[in-house]
Amino acid sequence: MRFGTEIILVGLAAFAALIAAGLAHDSAFQAHMWVLFFVLLGSAIVLMRNTSFAPAGAASIPLRADVDGYMDGPIRYGVIATTFWGIVGFLVGVLVALQLAYPDLNIEPWFNFGRTRPLHTSAVVFAFGGNALIATSLYVVQRTCRARLFGGNLAWFVFWGYQLFIVMAATGYLLGITQSREYAEPEWYVDLLLTVVWVAYLIVFLGTLFKRKEPHIYVANWFYLSFIVTIAMLHVVNNLAVPVSPFGSKSYSLFAGVQDALTQWWYGHNAVGFFLTAGFLGMMYYFIPKQVNRPVYSYRLSIIHFWALIFLYIWAGPHHLHYTALPDWAQTLGMVFSIMLWMPSWGGMINGLMTLSGAWDKLRTDPIIRMMVMAVAFYGMSTFEGPLMSVKAVNSLSHYTDWTIGHVHSAALGWVGMITFGALYYLVPKLWNRERLYSLRLVTWHFWLATLGIVVYAAVMWVSGIQQGLMWREYDDQGFLVYSFAETVAAMHPYYVLRALGGVLFLIGGIVMAYNLVMTILGHQREEAPMDGSVTQPAATVQTAG
Amino acid sequence: MEAYTALRQFADSWGLLYMTIFFVGAVIFAFRPGSKKSAEEAARIPLKDD
Repeated sequence: MRFGTEIILVGLAAFAALIAAGLAHDSAFQAHMWVLFFVLLGSAIVLMRNTSFAPAGAASIPLRADVDGYMDGPIRYGVIATTFWGIVGFLVGVLVALQLAYPDLNIEPWFNFGRTRPLHTSAVVFAFGGNALIATSLYVVQRTCRARLFGGNLAWFVFWGYQLFIVMAATGYLLGITQSREYAEPEWYVDLLLTVVWVAYLIVFLGTLFKRKEPHIYVANWFYLSFIVTIAMLHVVNNLAVPVSPFGSKSYSLFAGVQDALTQWWYGHNAVGFFLTAGFLGMMYYFIPKQVNRPVYSYRLSIIHFWALIFLYIWAGPHHLHYTALPDWAQTLGMVFSIMLWMPSWGGMINGLMTLSGAWDKLRTDPIIRMMVMAVAFYGMSTFEGPLMSVKAVNSLSHYTDWTIGHVHSAALGWVGMITFGALYYLVPKLWNRERLYSLRLVTWHFWLATLGIVVYAAVMWVSGIQQGLMWREYDDQGFLVYSFAETVAAMHPYYVLRALGGVLFLIGGIVMAYNLVMTILGHQREEAPMDGSVTQPAATVQTAG
Repeated sequence: MEAYTALRQFADSWGLLYMTIFFVGAVIFAFRPGSKKSAEEAARIPLKDD
């Protein structure tokens, strides 16, 4: 590969970061620019050491020969990045859980809860989930359009630009740089970087759709495209802000008061709806049919699922602001649209599960399918729980309590995590041209560790959340509150310890997966007895033959 | 009329009507006579390639 232009551009960007560090308006910005400088400098050195100095003609012939094949390089990197950031995100999750149980673990100033909490949420949502979405969407769009990725090396820019965004966001949090908008904590300059990367991503995806050889656009691509477009819109509007200085880390939002609150939750809830739901549904509609080797149960239902989700989700955000200064009609609107979301959620869940009809026996022999089915089951359960919690009467008990945290984790660990694990187990043997995974028994171990972890986590948070909510609203016959706030915090301690235990189980499952995937990539196969009841070697081999 | 009131009235009249018609149209289109065959073909797209 020749990286002439790339080396020059990365070098210039490193130089710009150095100048920004020199002109910095505040010390946090200065430290952050030093981080950026060293990351870019390191990248430029790596590029220089790997560039080819052969004449242009010699290098370009094999590249041209590859034009009709699929571009899988950025996807392989994306699969590794997903696994790596997943482990990091789960590990930080265990850390923040322990910090809540044992406050002494708050190590000032870089590792106190206020900084590690956004580190955890961004690492799992954007680093783990985002890399999974980018990698799988680029894989699926090529296979279902039967076209190579559009834009040549632009896909590499998307991959590396997104990793730089993650590194800048994460180091910024630890340095104390935040704009305090939930799930959108990075400051203005990191937001601008993400905007550029996201536009490049949209161009790669749309360009591939335009040059497709398959007349129909398969439904998984609809979900992926809606995710890319909606996230672009949400990100730009939510982050409209004026920086104090072009060389400073602080900015002020364009919005104020209740408009600001609604903008933030319009962003926040649709990040759930379009990042964590629509994008991963794209995954479901491709990888479940592939792994089961049957078409989706009802293609027409999937189209209704898509349009219903698009039309309803965008209005549900106000349910995060029940009993606030937000106008009452807007709260009710948010609640009503949340309830209506039951329809697409359950339609989608039934569609995913029924894809297995006639092949239910595979649940016994193929732990990857088991993982995907558990993901869809958690999709159904958590999207049943969510609308329930958006009902004002329920919300008056559940809001601000750990019940919300439990709900988020049953969706994020159960649905997002499990469907991603399933997709990774499917992708790695395909991408590295291996006959099968290193070990299917380890997939079973991962499945049970993760499932047990989620069940412990969610059950503990239900108990603690409802107890917390009831303690907060307990009055005596004089009309005084029975419990001080500190008493309700102290009562949570055993639950917080158990919650950390659930997180540890989930983390161990993730490490088992990482080991399994690394061994598969390295080309090893574990000698093991086939899964119970299967006559021959299970799905993976059968798949390659078919 | 102030912008808030104007936008709100537009949203709960023409905006609502437009979205309802679009959605109902999408449902009718998905279940139109003869769509079953093309839907079944589309569902097989992922299985055609490796």
